[in-house]
Amino acid sequence: MAGHMPVDKTYKLFIGGAFPRSESGRTFQVRSADGGLLANVSRASRKDLREAVRAARSAQAGWSSRTAYNRGQILYRVAEVMESRRAEFATALRDTGRPARSARREVDASIDRWVWYAGWADKVHHVLGSVNPVAGPYFNFTVPEPTGVVVIAAPDEPPLMGLLSRLAPAIVSGNTAIVLTGGAASLVAVSLAEVLATSDVPAGVVNVLTCDKAEVLPWALSHLDVNLVDLTGAPDDLGDEVVAGAAENVKRIVGGREGSDPVEASPYVIGDFLEMKTIWHPIGR
Amino acid sequence: MTPPDNDPRTEPFDLDYAPAPQSTAVVDIADEYGLFIDGDFVESRSGRTFATTNPATEEHLADVAEGSKDDVDRAVAAARNAYEGHWGALSGRERGKYMFRIARQIQERARQFAVLETIDGGKPIRESRDVDIPLSAAWFFYYAGWADKLEYAFPGRRVAPHGVAGQIIPWNFPLMMAAWKLAPALATGNTVVLKPAETTPLTALLLADVIRDVGLPPGVVNIVTGAGATGAALVDHTGIDKLAFTGSTEVGKRIQRATSGRRLPLTLELGGKAAHIVFDDSAVDQAVEGIVNGIYFNQGHVCCAGSRLLVQESVAEEFTLRLKRRMAVLRLGDPLDKNTDVGAINSAEQLRRITDMVDAGVAEGADLHQPDCDLPERGYWYPPTVFTGVQQSHSVARDEIFGPVLTVQTFRTPQEAVDKANNTPYGLSAGIWTEKGSRILWMAEQLRAGVVWANTYNQFDPASPFGGYKESGFGREGGLHGLAPYLRAAGRVA
Repeated sequence: MAGHMPVDKTYKLFIGGAFPRSESGRTFQVRSADGGLLANVSRASRKDLREAVRAARSAQAGWSSRTAYNRGQILYRVAEVMESRRAEFATALRDTGRPARSARREVDASIDRWVWYAGWADKVHHVLGSVNPVAGPYFNFTVPEPTGVVVIAAPDEPPLMGLLSRLAPAIVSGNTAIVLTGGAASLVAVSLAEVLATSDVPAGVVNVLTCDKAEVLPWALSHLDVNLVDLTGAPDDLGDEVVAGAAENVKRIVGGREGSDPVEASPYVIGDFLEMKTIWHPIGR
Repeated sequence: MTPPDNDPRTEPFDLDYAPAPQSTAVVDIADEYGLFIDGDFVESRSGRTFATTNPATEEHLADVAEGSKDDVDRAVAAARNAYEGHWGALSGRERGKYMFRIARQIQERARQFAVLETIDGGKPIRESRDVDIPLSAAWFFYYAGWADKLEYAFPGRRVAPHGVAGQIIPWNFPLMMAAWKLAPALATGNTVVLKPAETTPLTALLLADVIRDVGLPPGVVNIVTGAGATGAALVDHTGIDKLAFTGSTEVGKRIQRATSGRRLPLTLELGGKAAHIVFDDSAVDQAVEGIVNGIYFNQGHVCCAGSRLLVQESVAEEFTLRLKRRMAVLRLGDPLDKNTDVGAINSAEQLRRITDMVDAGVAEGADLHQPDCDLPERGYWYPPTVFTGVQQSHSVARDEIFGPVLTVQTFRTPQEAVDKANNTPYGLSAGIWTEKGSRILWMAEQLRAGVVWANTYNQFDPASPFGGYKESGFGREGGLHGLAPYLRAAGRVA
């Protein structure tokens, strides 16, 4: 019987629903524990980041104006498609040295995590919003709203669970995201991008840039059309001046503080990516 | 629609009132004030002082100690000591009781606070008496009640105070800003170093008196007066665990820049350029009052001032006419007169800034209108001002003026109103006037601003979160959400 010669995947970026290579033509290699080549992964440039921000900004109004119920359904659909690709995710984790059982466990827990966040789409308002008893004849209430375009530095470990634990709470409320991921974690990130591309998530809602995070983050932090940067997976030695770039448009900075848990599951993590709007109206006859 | 010539509205009848001065006998201003550190008033280590003046008369009021780096050091050390000692160990219930006492004392000495606020800052006594001081007391009262209920505020999370909070406040609502800052910080168990604004230190120092009288342990609240250098020393101090700033976007960005390397928990309540939107079906007289209150309240020294009027094209001409007519009967003058609507500009520097920005508006081609009104000879004054014929590109429509200056632009459709309203890097507040409920809710949803007032404007309440989107800052003050910035592990929430 003639053997099947495997058709290797090209690991590309995910921008605006398409899978381009980096415009810079750059790649980096991911190798297995025994040194074999797993992939030449596209290495995103500053221009790729700009394209991703543009895609995310274009998609933001539409995504946030979907009903919460609809966003919840779309995210649930993502979990369905992930489930059908469990083996692929597990292989990607195993290839980079993870024992088989541990890899499977992370995949299963990640899918469950995603389902958990999908369910928050139409509930987080109950927990983080409020009706406020002001001292006067006014109806006054506070509602959470998405912040806008967010950049997420995904943690390297655990590769899939870490990424999903930051991405799901960011987009569930209507933000659009650019995920920065690097090294071996890129493999599952690209698989996730392929899941998102086939799961009814509108183009541009999630963009995935495989890159050197230390190289791209300074550009993200100083980009004027980015509203928030999640530093959960940022390198420790990012440098004060680099983070200071966020002040140029008063960006929100979340994650990556000492002692913060990169895989925490909480509505307060969703809250990290929200703004609070308070509305007043008089009461009268 | 132009009113006929005999319409009484076109001929403002004589509206002169007899003077109704508020007595100043209730306040006793000392010649000199020290810093309030560790429960005592002390001199600045540098020996330096600065003068505070009455902006309505240019009269010298007092010399106030200028906090040096050394003094900030001392204050932070006192706050640290108090946090690690008595205050940190105190139950929420007991913390709350101190705060209830502070609230009551502000109420009991309300008139004294109001008169002092007006003398030091230039705002009409009607506003300091009816808005600033009652809200300051209410803020302490509201947050006092939270002190022993924090476990219910953020279910599922174990919250804890940061430790020592540095707080820097502006000159537009001096006591109220101190209350907005101190109350949530104390309720959550932090200790504080507060820096009041250079031009308006006196009510914060009177509050220090109250703090002493209620027996708050030394070091829990420290008040270090001074200017920008004092504030910078506090920002740069590595002994603080949390920083809250209210002021200009420009300084806010500098602070974010300076503290980002340390990842210091930060709350920024910065500038605004709020759109105030009037539809053709609004209750016109109420809308006119709302617009006037939105921009001329506190001489426009309000970060959430409704400084950009967007009026629907079909009613723009008549609305602008009515607005100008209303402006003509605004009473500008002695802030201590109970009938005064528009008081003094807070400082010579701010007056210069307003004058320059209005001059730029004229140079850029916008049409200036100011009602005839006599400005007092001494003091810092600026008449209520409105610009028509304004383009989006004009600086007066883009930049925060922080003075009694309104711009008027028009729109045809709700979508156009939204697009124009959101066309700004700011996002603090917005206003909507229409009688159509569904449109209010749609507009409120579309506007990118932290506070939206519909058929009202400039309302504040301790139970109501306040704060901005975009370059108007982050974090919320007021309500449940106002607790989060002062607690570890409460999340950003705001």
